[in-house]
Amino acid sequence: MIFEDEPVPGYPLPILAGHTSPGRLERVLRAGVFAVTAELAPPDSADPDDVYRRARVFDGYVDAINATDGSGANCHMSSLAVCALLTRIGYAPVMQISCRDRNRIAIQGDILGGAAMGVCNMLCLTGDGVQVGDHPQAKPVFDLDCISLLGIARMLRDEHHFESGRKITFAPRVFLGAAENPSVPPYEWRAQRLAKKVAAGAQLIQTQYCYDTVLLRDFMRRVEDLGLIGQAFILIGVGPLRSAKAADWMRTHVPGMHIPDAIIKRLAGAQDQAREGRNICVELIQECRSILGVSGVHVMAYRQEESVAEAIDRSGVLAGRVPWFPERDRGQPSNRAMQ
Amino acid sequence: MYAVRLWSTRHARGLELFYRRFESILLRLHGILSAIGYARLERPTAAMERAVKGFLFDCQMCGQCVLSSTGMSCPMNCPKNLRNGPCGGVRGDGRCEVKPEMRCVWVEAYEGSRRIPGGVTAMQALQPAVDRRLQGTSSWLRVVREKSAINKRTAP
Repeated sequence: MIFEDEPVPGYPLPILAGHTSPGRLERVLRAGVFAVTAELAPPDSADPDDVYRRARVFDGYVDAINATDGSGANCHMSSLAVCALLTRIGYAPVMQISCRDRNRIAIQGDILGGAAMGVCNMLCLTGDGVQVGDHPQAKPVFDLDCISLLGIARMLRDEHHFESGRKITFAPRVFLGAAENPSVPPYEWRAQRLAKKVAAGAQLIQTQYCYDTVLLRDFMRRVEDLGLIGQAFILIGVGPLRSAKAADWMRTHVPGMHIPDAIIKRLAGAQDQAREGRNICVELIQECRSILGVSGVHVMAYRQEESVAEAIDRSGVLAGRVPWFPERDRGQPSNRAMQ
Repeated sequence: MYAVRLWSTRHARGLELFYRRFESILLRLHGILSAIGYARLERPTAAMERAVKGFLFDCQMCGQCVLSSTGMSCPMNCPKNLRNGPCGGVRGDGRCEVKPEMRCVWVEAYEGSRRIPGGVTAMQALQPAVDRRLQGTSSWLRVVREKSAINKRTAP
């Protein structure tokens, strides 16, 4: 199955009918195929090769790569820059935009800039508080929240003007995303919050880690009851846990992280905890595949990125499909019409 | 005060009802208010509003009050100033990610909203980005001014 023309780095693909972006991720999702995205941790470096090296580990296994925006309130290379580097060689990045560090003037500029650099997917986030990161002395901005940010991004794309009302001459053609966390209170309202995000313009939802499948299924049932399935593509967040100790540390220190005791127990009881962590990840991916309304998975494997390919491979969710990557079609005739 | 703030969300229904009556009285006084001049009333009204709402809700005087859509829990007390619902960092016990010593403003808001008839539906309204220029101004007077203008336009 081919979802994309061969991308010519720096040049956008044509926008298909009913699509808002020329991106491959939107094409894959709208084709109804189970999609896989993964998170790239931007380097603490100014070397572009550090970015490419981190992207390459996902080659052939993911439909898009998320570039985090100062995740955990830690300082790294900017998501805009990572995305711009990735589009240069044809990758499909998801540019994460957090409201924590920039006001609406900076953010709107970045949306235009990202789109100009060929970024087709933008994920609108609130952002972690500065207190959890390496610069707790920084000023938290939060001029917008994730939902007003979504509204403004959609305004730029569909109404062709800034929040101020001033016209833009060429609109950013982007697929808009947002996050959701089914595993934290107020549980009952989480699906309604998702409805709010969809109403504000979210087309793609990537969730926080979901280790508690009871909460996840409950959440998805509510999403279904609200008639949201089909209105946005929902990708469930998964990832391998390195050990019981690491999992316990994560759930106490990482905001929004809920890991049930049963998972910790299972890890603690295993001979090879890291391997068991990967097994759990594979099982979660397979379970997500079976839940109504789930369009894919978003794999977050911080500092274990090299394990992503194996987990996706073992889960079998790609069903033989090889998502595009820069070297995929080398030596094969191009499937792009000659111009 | 934090304890009073929690009391207010527990009594969201009564407070919301009271506010609606208060607002309808203010709307009826529009003629008198505009005769005195809204600009002249701004400072004393803002001071009064700050005292009353500061006591009840720890109001931050954003000048564009949405308490009726947030179960009487002021969203400007959220360390991230979220006006459209909670972030994904709420702790399992309902406490705030940034300030664990307090309950999440939005967990409170959801509970307060459920006490107000139609409150949960009101919480679904999309709140636009805050206009930071209105910081410190009276929300009451702004509402009366705006609603009266609409009433005037739609009057036969």
